[in-house]
Amino acid sequence: MTFNTASFVIQVAALLIVLAALHKPFGIYLARVFEGTTSSRPERLFYRLAGIDAGTDQTWSVYLRSVLAFSAVSILAVFGLQRLQGVLPGSGSLPGVDPWIAMNTAISFVTNTNWQTYVPETTVGIFVQMCLLAVQNFLSAAVGIVVVVALIRGIARTRTHRLGNFWVDLARTSFRILLPIAFVAAVVMVLGGVVQNFWSTDVTNQAAGISQSIPGGPVASQEAIKELGTNGGGYFNANSAHPFENPNALISFFEVFLILLIPSALPYAFGRMVGDQKQGYTVAAVMGTLWLASISLMGWAVASGQGAATAAAGGLGEGFEQRFGPVPSAIFATSTTLTSTGAVNVAHDSLPPLAGGVAMVNMMLGEVAPGGTGSGLYGLLILSIISVFIAGLMVGRTPEYLGKKIGPTEMKLAAMYILVTPTVVLALAGITVLIPDAMANAPATGPHQFSEVLYAFTSGANNNGSAFGGITTSGPFLSVMMGLAMLLGRFLPIVLVLALAGSLARQGKIPASAGTVPTHGLLFGGLLLGVTVILTALSYFPALALGPLAEGLLK
Amino acid sequence: MNTLTGYLRQAGTAVRFLLFATLVLGVAYPLAVFGVGQLIAPYQANGSIIKDSAGTPAASALIAQASANDAGAQDPKWFHARPSAVKWDPASSSASNLGPNDPKLLDAVAANRAAVASAEGISEQQVPADAVTASGSGLDPDISPAYAKLQVPRVAAARHLSADTVMSLVNKHTTGGLTAFLGQPSVNVTALNVDLAAASPSK
Repeated sequence: MTFNTASFVIQVAALLIVLAALHKPFGIYLARVFEGTTSSRPERLFYRLAGIDAGTDQTWSVYLRSVLAFSAVSILAVFGLQRLQGVLPGSGSLPGVDPWIAMNTAISFVTNTNWQTYVPETTVGIFVQMCLLAVQNFLSAAVGIVVVVALIRGIARTRTHRLGNFWVDLARTSFRILLPIAFVAAVVMVLGGVVQNFWSTDVTNQAAGISQSIPGGPVASQEAIKELGTNGGGYFNANSAHPFENPNALISFFEVFLILLIPSALPYAFGRMVGDQKQGYTVAAVMGTLWLASISLMGWAVASGQGAATAAAGGLGEGFEQRFGPVPSAIFATSTTLTSTGAVNVAHDSLPPLAGGVAMVNMMLGEVAPGGTGSGLYGLLILSIISVFIAGLMVGRTPEYLGKKIGPTEMKLAAMYILVTPTVVLALAGITVLIPDAMANAPATGPHQFSEVLYAFTSGANNNGSAFGGITTSGPFLSVMMGLAMLLGRFLPIVLVLALAGSLARQGKIPASAGTVPTHGLLFGGLLLGVTVILTALSYFPALALGPLAEGLLK
Repeated sequence: MNTLTGYLRQAGTAVRFLLFATLVLGVAYPLAVFGVGQLIAPYQANGSIIKDSAGTPAASALIAQASANDAGAQDPKWFHARPSAVKWDPASSSASNLGPNDPKLLDAVAANRAAVASAEGISEQQVPADAVTASGSGLDPDISPAYAKLQVPRVAAARHLSADTVMSLVNKHTTGGLTAFLGQPSVNVTALNVDLAAASPSK
């Protein structure tokens, strides 16, 4: 398989053009949803049924309590109902899911990770897929979005303890943003060949002289929100490489578009909500630059066709689908790891070593270009605060961000945010490496074995969900370790972001002075870009050197 | 105590929110997509099932089919799909997930190369990459036009058809246009084999 550079350039340009054209009108729509004050009749009915007082404006700690209570209830429900699968309708003859796998999967879908330690075809039936996993695809995506909305309100509001109502934000995000787009996208996918039924079909395979059962299921409805909500948990084991999830290169392009749609429009909504559109443009430009740089690097690394097996095969092929080939695979691999998606249309484990390395670096950047739904923007806003702090040190002024003082409290929260994920990744990967029984679950040899483990924890703690699939994490030890990585990597940052939102909201607005570092424009954008890259490099370079760099450079 | 009751009240709301959201997002939404799909695109929504000349469902046009017998021997009368980590079993799907330098992968590639070269009666250097590498899904229905062309003489001879007849069927199932530009040109082996059976029903 050869790398068609013209096709690559045209598809990358087309994505940039389409997303740039949509980010303003869609961003305005998003901001209107977040700032809306009226509820529709069905929404009022929903609030009454769920027992929500839509008029309450919560403090940051109550908002956080709602996030945590909702997530805990969701994890328990998804876990418990998977265990009960054997007696629930719509599950065929499948028994209850193994407790370790059920626990891992419940955490995985509620944290927007969608790491798949289960093999869908043999483990979960239509009920679990449709009523548990696909529902969490919506709700975990919505939770990420409402957390960044609370942070934006914290920046925009002054002298208040109130950040909004979690339940109302969650309902509006789910029903006004995710649901209508997912519905249209699912119908487009069906037209393109993605399955949506509730039965399998028996066929007679003449070539082998055997009867076979072609699987069915509500795939399109799950596939649409899987991409739109940057979730990534596939209906089938092979994920978006499976022909029923991703039947042709046009649908593959559409899936990448869906992955990037919400994260790339959120900066515009941010600019609008803080009343300074230049802020939104700067954040969007940094995201776009990182995405473009990373996708170029990925294209180069894939096209290089490095690796002894690739050379022996006479070209790329292992892990690739013929209808895609290297170009759609490189575009998908970059976009899925620069967001918190983790869907894959090519086996990342078999990619050339440096291409696998680029996928890891994308996640290590904190998935901020454009990032997961909501989580990408809050990650980049924290990095913006770190950047104004560093700039403030250089000019000897107290740092401010959009009229809010960045004092010791705010800096502690931001610094902890930056440290949490690398600590979780490196500590858990480090512990695993020390346990031979655990390492036996990664059957590769040499640096690639370490890469499989590093990739797993990087993916888990960053709530990505893609994998170097050679590793098996369904046993008790790695199920728990990955569960920890996903929980800590999701909720510690959310605690810190909401605490920061509360502390910013309490402040009054200080007018910009001559000493204020402007947080828009080329200079700040460059600084933010540099801070993002350097922080990642400092945290992860030694680990990367032992894995993909060793494999890619020493051959 | 205040915090505890606060959490309990929030948990109560969470349970009710989750329940009613599930009715909308987990039941009504997939059913609506199902309804629209069955109405406007039943062929795609039900798995792109294609039928043989007798009208019996023969395959999904999107899913590879095994053309080997139980012992693993490839039948020369059919076009062969790419290697599969799941033996073309539609009830499962997976890549090999072997690393780009994995010795096991090197062995598999070498074995596949020798098998294809002997099946087609060509030298090992002529075997294209897609013929020796396992796909991402294990169910990839497509092969490269180069690999299809290599298989034409064998299939034509086994079926007593002219090479031109077989080649024209290959061309009929080769993608072109936008999807081929976005991805790469591919020959759908599953659909090709169903057509081939119709063209020479004697087998």
